[in-house]
Amino acid sequence: MSFLKSLRCRECGREYPKQALYVCEYCFGSLEVNYDYDAIQKVISRESIAKGPKSLWRYRDLLPLEGNPSAGFYSGFTPLVKADILAKELDVKELYVKDDSVCHPTWSFKDRVVAVALSRARELGFDTVACASTGNLANSVSANAAWAGFKRYIFIPHNLEKAKIVASLVYAPQLVAVNGNYDEVNRLCSEIAAKYKWGFVNINLRAYYAEGSKTLGFEIAEQLGWRAPDHLVAPAASGSLITKIWKAFKEFDKLGLLENKLKTKIYCAQPQGSSPIATAILEKADVIKPVKPQTIAKSLAIGNPADGYYAKDVIQDSGGSAAIVSDDEIRDGIKLLARTEGIFTETAGGVTVAAAKKLINQGLIPRNESLVLAITGNGLKTQEAIQEAVGAPYQIEPNLDSFEKTVMGSEKKHPETVR
Amino acid sequence: MSVKVRIPTPLQKLTSQKAEVEVQAKDIRDLVGQLEKQYPGIKDRICDENGKIRRFVNVYLNEEDIRFLKKEETSLKDGDEISIVPAIAGG
Repeated sequence: MSFLKSLRCRECGREYPKQALYVCEYCFGSLEVNYDYDAIQKVISRESIAKGPKSLWRYRDLLPLEGNPSAGFYSGFTPLVKADILAKELDVKELYVKDDSVCHPTWSFKDRVVAVALSRARELGFDTVACASTGNLANSVSANAAWAGFKRYIFIPHNLEKAKIVASLVYAPQLVAVNGNYDEVNRLCSEIAAKYKWGFVNINLRAYYAEGSKTLGFEIAEQLGWRAPDHLVAPAASGSLITKIWKAFKEFDKLGLLENKLKTKIYCAQPQGSSPIATAILEKADVIKPVKPQTIAKSLAIGNPADGYYAKDVIQDSGGSAAIVSDDEIRDGIKLLARTEGIFTETAGGVTVAAAKKLINQGLIPRNESLVLAITGNGLKTQEAIQEAVGAPYQIEPNLDSFEKTVMGSEKKHPETVR
Repeated sequence: MSVKVRIPTPLQKLTSQKAEVEVQAKDIRDLVGQLEKQYPGIKDRICDENGKIRRFVNVYLNEEDIRFLKKEETSLKDGDEISIVPAIAGG
């Protein structure tokens, strides 16, 4: 059964048919999916969700499809890790890591949005899909489109991490590296999208695509025992993820699925050198000033964030805040999460961990309330960013003497690990 | 100054489906005014009630975002190319 009603402008409220449209003809506001919540209310329950597949499709009633999903069958439902050692390090009581570094099949939360976008692309009759990407979306569209049998054109900035390029190419897409930054790739893609009748997941399928991010929020609430956390830190690039996690909590609240009253405060994590949203929040500015990104967190290198204003509204409405972290803090954040919780995240995850640390130390996140960190991608994809910061292995000869002299006699201390 | 303006799909209904139009204008503000003269109704779509370019509209002069130049005061010269592009999600 489908509860997808129409598309609606987020600025002026004008309604549009549920087609591959993405922008309001009148005010250029972006379009958002509009559901029949009364009908959803009649069929959805904690039990109905819990009986669903162990993937993001367990929330299908709240996703924008007319028929059955046809892509990303195994995406989502990633672990919510109780992070006790990291909690001890950060001196907070109750800490969780939502670990999308192990999302199927391409190890980032983008597998959620692509599962939804490609399923909708099929319903709308496209045979070719495309995207502009800072890397993770490129990997995910390449892989999922291969599985679902779409032709695929992927546009990336020319300076991406090697692993993100290889992890797209291997799925045999038409991969196009554009001599420019992400915002320039995006501008080009909007012109390509106007000319070619493709399903561009982040352009004409954007309204559907973005809804996939809600499943990260749904899962956090379900995995916490149908509770929304007190605090949540998430990274921001275009700002879409933050708005959709908030929307997820609000939908669960509206549908009576939460045990607790919704009072989650949401915090925006951005890297120095690409922090237009966090800067506007911290400076209490009305205008989000675009920037030319310069950061090791390439997956967050969007200088002109399309959902920036909405993300800023969410932070302000929820009573949260923002933090901006340096490249060194990002590297420390990656290493801290790995050393304490055994999770190797990419640079965006390092931004989240470092931002959480900063917000806790500033007293903006209290130490005695529940906190979730949204870890959105995998560290194997951004090894260049930290290879100089993780040291080198011991080099020994294949004999016991060499081992004992070099390793056991070393000054280097084994880090303490007590769970 | 004679400049080329690329019109995004949602506005092409106002330009008789033309994706590119020629306009004489000295700066971006003037350009919007000239567009309005030739294609009545277009200004309301691009600008808010105070005449400022809407926050979800990106305007590029020769591929550079005008917010990195002088915004509405950015001056134009013969042969310049302007793109009007709605904001786009991604990542």
